[in-house]
Amino acid sequence: MTATLAAQNTGEAAVFWICGALAVLGALGMLFSRKAVHSALFLAMTMINLAILYVSLSAAFLGMVQVIVYTGAIMMLFLFVLMVVGVDSSDSLVETVKGQRPAAILFGLGFAVLLIGLLGSGTSDMPAGSLAEANAARGGNVQGIAELIFTQYVFAFEVTSALLITAALGAMILTHREHDEPIPTQRDLSKARFAAGDPSPLPPPGVYARHNAVDTPALLPDGSVAEISVPRPMSLRHSEVDRVDVEEVDDVAGGSNVVIDEVTGTIEEIPGEDS
Amino acid sequence: MTTDHYIALSAILFSLGAFGMLFRRNAIVVFMCVELMLNASNLAFVAFARMHGNLEGQVFAFFTMVVAAAEVVVGLAIIVAIFRTRRSASVDEPSLLRF
Repeated sequence: MTATLAAQNTGEAAVFWICGALAVLGALGMLFSRKAVHSALFLAMTMINLAILYVSLSAAFLGMVQVIVYTGAIMMLFLFVLMVVGVDSSDSLVETVKGQRPAAILFGLGFAVLLIGLLGSGTSDMPAGSLAEANAARGGNVQGIAELIFTQYVFAFEVTSALLITAALGAMILTHREHDEPIPTQRDLSKARFAAGDPSPLPPPGVYARHNAVDTPALLPDGSVAEISVPRPMSLRHSEVDRVDVEEVDDVAGGSNVVIDEVTGTIEEIPGEDS
Repeated sequence: MTTDHYIALSAILFSLGAFGMLFRRNAIVVFMCVELMLNASNLAFVAFARMHGNLEGQVFAFFTMVVAAAEVVVGLAIIVAIFRTRRSASVDEPSLLRF
């Protein structure tokens, strides 16, 4: 009996140190990654590790709910909204409130020291306890929680349903958009395109360039870069990547085929491949 | 593993969330920090539930999750609505009420 208990304790300790460290790493990654999508993925990592910790704390139901609701629904909602808001929503590094960043660092450190110091001084050596009896009393963790929710906390449960309905309605109202003018039909769009004076389709990306990936701009016959050939989200995503120098291309493009190496940015000539 | 360990981890995660909320400018990342703080408090609930040997702490954590889900839905809808009118997801942009 004591041997199995000791083995359980070692197993729990291993789970705690591995998943706890990964959870903290995920939280740090969320804080310090520049792009919001990376932050969301790091937070999903933290949440999955917390779910494993819940299971090892004999809260199997909450562990599953954590995976399904938090990492499944909430984080995917975050990613969906990031997709709507766009890839150009990364943080600005401009400090609008003077001295706010150092103050935030000071506050964060102070808060952590306060919480952990409180824990170390006042109420140290809290026993681990056990949920074995409480879980076994109703035949399992899920049954035990279900009994509590549907008897003692049934009123809170019903209020929760009202909250969820209100939240769903609120989200629909907040994101609903009335159309002031009718949605343009295909005929209207076609007319507008001819009226603009450029009825031909936009140049596809990668024409006369080395690659035909969507983020590679097409080169015009004179060697300059056609900005309209790259879809707008793509050009936003690569706005920090150096674009090809137009003058550099002009220097070399003396009638021969010229390609630009994307990685090194160097310009290579391909002899004898005239088309 | 004593309950202390779990509470310490919960405190660390909560402080990181509070720090990030002050530090980051992107409204969506600020929201993620709020979620991190809610998760940290849930961990404390579950650890205390085991310490006391009853399931009420787990029921509280469950209700926290439901409220967090509702909060995220409304909050993200507000962010989308602000982004539509202001074309920005930065928390410094909506400063119209500043005197």
